[in-house]
Amino acid sequence: MAADVSTRPTEPEATSSPGRERWLAAARSPTLIAGLLILAFWIVCALFGAGITPRDPYADDLLATLLPPSAAHWFGTDQLGRDIFSRVIVGARDILIVAPLATLLGTALGTALGLCIGYFRGALDEVISRIIEALQALPLVIVALMALAAVGTSNTSVVLVIGFVFTPLIARTVRAAVLNETDLDYVAAARLRGDGALAIMFIEILPNVLPIATVEMTVRLGYAIFFVASLSFIGFGIQPPSADWGIAIAENYSLIGSYWWTVLFDAGATASLVIGVNLVTDGLAGVLDA
Amino acid sequence: MARFLARRAVLSLITLAILSVIVFLGGQLLPGDVGRAVLGPLADARAVALFNHQVGVDRPLAVQYFDWIAHFATGDMGRSFTFRSPVAPFIAQALVNSLKLAALAFVLVVPLGIAGGVWAAVRVGQWGDRALVLLGQSLGVVPEFISSIVLILVFGVWLHWLPMSADWPEGAGPLTQLRYLILPALPLVLVFFGYIARVARAGTVEALDADYTRTAILKGLPMATVMRRHVLRNALLPTITVVASLLGYLAGGLVVIETLFHYRGIGALIYSAARAKDFPMLEAGVLTVGAVYAIASVLADLLSAALNPRLRGARA
Amino acid sequence: MRDRQEKSPATDSAARADALRFEDVSVTYRSGRHDRRVLTGVSLAIRRGESYGLVGESGCGKSTAAFAAIRYLARNGRVSGGRIWVDGRDLMALSQAELRRLRTESVSMVYQDPGRALNPALRIERQMMEVFEVAEGMSGDRARSRAREMLARVQIGSPDRVLRNYPHELSGGMQQRVIIAMALSTSPALLILDEPTTGLDATVEAEVLDLVATLRAEFNNSILFISHSLPVIARMCDRVGVLYAGELVEEGPVSRVFHAPRHPYTVGLMRCVPRYGLHKSQGRLETIPGFLPAPGSITDRCVFVTRCANATERCAHEVPPPIVQEGHVARCFYPDRAAQLPRQSLQDSAALSTGAAADAAGSAGAAPLLRAEHLSKTYLVSGKPFHAVHDVALELWPGETLGLVGESGSGKSSLAKLLLGLSVPDEGSAIELCGDALPARAEDRTRGQLKALQIIFQNPGAALNRSQTVRRLIGRSLRLVGLSAAAQEVRLREIAASVRLTLRHLEEKPRQLSGGLKQRVGIARAFAGGPGVVVCDEPTSALDVSVQSAILNLLVDLQAERQVSYLFISHDLNVVHYLSDRIAVLYLGRLMEIGPSEKVFAGPHHPYTEALLSANPSLEEHGVQRIRLRGELPSASNLPTGCVFHTRCPRKIGAVCEREEPPFALAGEGHAIRCHIPAAELGRSARAANRPKEPR
Repeated sequence: MAADVSTRPTEPEATSSPGRERWLAAARSPTLIAGLLILAFWIVCALFGAGITPRDPYADDLLATLLPPSAAHWFGTDQLGRDIFSRVIVGARDILIVAPLATLLGTALGTALGLCIGYFRGALDEVISRIIEALQALPLVIVALMALAAVGTSNTSVVLVIGFVFTPLIARTVRAAVLNETDLDYVAAARLRGDGALAIMFIEILPNVLPIATVEMTVRLGYAIFFVASLSFIGFGIQPPSADWGIAIAENYSLIGSYWWTVLFDAGATASLVIGVNLVTDGLAGVLDA
Repeated sequence: MARFLARRAVLSLITLAILSVIVFLGGQLLPGDVGRAVLGPLADARAVALFNHQVGVDRPLAVQYFDWIAHFATGDMGRSFTFRSPVAPFIAQALVNSLKLAALAFVLVVPLGIAGGVWAAVRVGQWGDRALVLLGQSLGVVPEFISSIVLILVFGVWLHWLPMSADWPEGAGPLTQLRYLILPALPLVLVFFGYIARVARAGTVEALDADYTRTAILKGLPMATVMRRHVLRNALLPTITVVASLLGYLAGGLVVIETLFHYRGIGALIYSAARAKDFPMLEAGVLTVGAVYAIASVLADLLSAALNPRLRGARA
Repeated sequence: MRDRQEKSPATDSAARADALRFEDVSVTYRSGRHDRRVLTGVSLAIRRGESYGLVGESGCGKSTAAFAAIRYLARNGRVSGGRIWVDGRDLMALSQAELRRLRTESVSMVYQDPGRALNPALRIERQMMEVFEVAEGMSGDRARSRAREMLARVQIGSPDRVLRNYPHELSGGMQQRVIIAMALSTSPALLILDEPTTGLDATVEAEVLDLVATLRAEFNNSILFISHSLPVIARMCDRVGVLYAGELVEEGPVSRVFHAPRHPYTVGLMRCVPRYGLHKSQGRLETIPGFLPAPGSITDRCVFVTRCANATERCAHEVPPPIVQEGHVARCFYPDRAAQLPRQSLQDSAALSTGAAADAAGSAGAAPLLRAEHLSKTYLVSGKPFHAVHDVALELWPGETLGLVGESGSGKSSLAKLLLGLSVPDEGSAIELCGDALPARAEDRTRGQLKALQIIFQNPGAALNRSQTVRRLIGRSLRLVGLSAAAQEVRLREIAASVRLTLRHLEEKPRQLSGGLKQRVGIARAFAGGPGVVVCDEPTSALDVSVQSAILNLLVDLQAERQVSYLFISHDLNVVHYLSDRIAVLYLGRLMEIGPSEKVFAGPHHPYTEALLSANPSLEEHGVQRIRLRGELPSASNLPTGCVFHTRCPRKIGAVCEREEPPFALAGEGHAIRCHIPAAELGRSARAANRPKEPR
């Protein structure tokens, strides 16, 4: 019928879903794959720990202290004669528990906070943003130091402190993204449907800021690993007798002049883990932002 | 412009005020009785109480806070519990040291980073750009204390080119000091080069794609003029903010590096104060670091406003 | 084969007589691993001193043609075939230095969005002076005085002040004048204008176009004018070329192409545009059936064949060559049959009954559906009050369409937001729905009230949540109705069908849909709850002409089927007149005139309405004297006293206009005008005599 024709759409149908195409491209991204491989390696080490090491990482052997790398001890031995290679492998465990948990905590809290202040704005936004700004004047290390000195250092407190320290940073990024979204008319459309504030924040806006929050999270994860290692190094992070890399470096740092192997391999392990996380971040950023 | 500056300064003061409250309360959270911590576990309870009264920690919190702030503003930062002497000279000396290191790192990394970022942006998508981005990322990814260790091993232990710790002898001249500072500055340069280059590159790419750059090119202006007059001004705006926060971080956040290199900067000072629960030193140190950051960000805003007239205030 | 390269000396010397010459030009973009040919075999020539228009819808390649002419294609674009001469020089053969020289001296470009074309960090004088520095090696005071001179030539009243300004301190119209001044500084042989007035208000647009026409007479340069608006091209150009999917399908003198087109696409395009004076009761709008192909995807047959009602077997298998007849070219096998292209519209459309229903309701004294009184909204900007809307009263009757017209700063969007409850009005404002007071905030309204009053937004991209599927987008609005899951599904499909969306569309996300399809989703969403009033906020402004007519027809049908009232906001007077039963005119937040659309258009009408109508570009012959408004739009935080329009009113009678706010005076049945001048003395539209009286 003619009336039918004169209201029909005149634009072509869409072809394949671009979303799926992006994931396929991601699967081919060398950075993402390399990063995931590195992470997978260390996760396996953390999971199986002493079960896969050639020697017992906690066994002292006072007759074999500070031996350089050799066929018997690939990475040499430390002050107590312990096999460094085995210790490096089990050293992955604590940091791979603490850092991701802290990051997850910070991201969850930061996203929720960012959503609230970005959506409601007004006085709430002003006050909290000022506080966030004030906190940002301080390097994270300092803040973490003060907090950990106050509550005592344990794996749990490190997770909580780093999580809370990350929260304002992530909240700031999420807030900026939310501000962009609230300008768009679909938020107004939701209000006109009678959707409440919670529904609008979490059902309408959150899916659109999730890509940004996810990228933030992976960036923070790399930083968290580094942060935990640094804190362990200065004695405010993971505590001995863990074989954690940061502690090992701290314990053996004074020996660096003559016994470089006691420090270098732990340092290298930390570096490789951080690099792995960063590669994953870049790979994901390419997918999510495209 | 003057109104903008005034407004900005007031905002900074507010930020600092909030910070001082946070720092003060944070210090109060540190557990343990001050007197007990200083005099030791075996001291007599009355001696502890007397000490507490003498240093004034038994007064109401609000009174303590305002007393502290009033003195701080006039330069009296209290007396250290550990050293039993005024805090201010320690802070001053440590700050000077930190600023020296910060200045060296700053002077090296900022021009390099900006130059690298702009260079990459002009070649965006081509191999030069990709190489630079990759380089920046790989360098930036390694935490500074890891790269410090590697650098110490290479240049200090194996090659013996540079001293392993930044502990220069008394009375050393500026050139000697410089030699001692190179090794601690290098990890900072490596880490932040990538970061600054990335921001500079992003800003430049955006400016290059902007309509006003197109207008300038289509007027027939030579590319050098277009870059100089139109692009850079707008491209570097986001970089300024980043560089300012960098300065703040360099001045106070280098706890690990300073520890590694036995350098008596303000980060190390705060750290040891935290371990020793020396409140006055700790609080003064942290507030000083905050103040440095606040000043740096005011300067950054001023520079931004100078480059971007739209930021200068509510006109029209 | 379309891509042929011929280098004949004859062509070169012929080229020198032209300001711009394209010969069989093709432009290809590379994205990923695919090549997309955006322009195919385009040949055109602009003689010196001539004004040539290039018209087409989105994606037809007109901007690409402009950038090709100045050799400024994106990094992944290249001229893949043909040759281009600018000012007699072979464009592709120039070195970088020669190209810069050409851009300074021979070609200039003005494009859309003047605000972004100026560097926000530099003063105007710096940006203007550098043209002279590069072109004529001038500097300092000499360059400055030349800049001042150019600003005066574009009729800027206080050039010294403007020179010292930064771009963001100038209005859109002023910015565009500055850009035009910069472009003409070196007296180029060719001036390219790419949608220079899109986004500017109608009155500002009219002034800018007048300026361009005047300057062309003074400088005697050639013009390449690119636009999607047929009336604007008709005004400004001597000849016109019509682009469709990257091909030039028709070319010729403006009067011939627009009044006796020889290509079915041009015929369709002309018919889609709502003509001045056409009303929905007189007939539907034409559309062009079928789908727009991707440019460059059709190479072995006529590019328009799938949509052409005149098509034959031959069209589906051969490429039609350009057929020339007295300077009028058409790429069609049957150009003489173009004018007989069958029409789609029915004379006795559903729309006729809508108008009747509205009249019946009005005269029967039924209660107004929506009613607002003393509606005001004042914002505080840096301590000073900013009156976005001031003391507006209006009524909306069942089944009628009230058109809301106004330029930027008129407050029409703010008004819509107030009615919907998206922003809170000032004290003393009252809104009633079906006689009951409506709470000011949407959050305080009942479900029934929310259901009854809905909106279709202007920008479909921003109005749909990009992370949700169409099903979800419409479905969430269905929840207002409170049906069981099964009933909801039925209703969802019914709504989707009523806006001509298929089941497949339901599962897609907004980024997979075109602008027109997205807007249909927006319409479905608005109608999902069964509203009584739908606010249409510029629903077709972001859409192409051929897409727009289908949407407007759809809106008319929906209104007839479901008995809704529309509050139709638009800056396009022809569209407003087509759809509306009554029209309200806003200026600086105040209601200046309200009445039946015929009366408002014919007159007597408010001086502002008069100016708006005269600024309205139209395809018909003009006998209309343009009414130019003096001065600039006053800032809403610093409103003129008395009648807010007096600073610019061409009919201002004297001090009374400055002292007293004029009352609403009746100028006929249901027609009120806010002016001190008695209705009998107000202007009437000269075009009233030209309006089509019977259905086309």
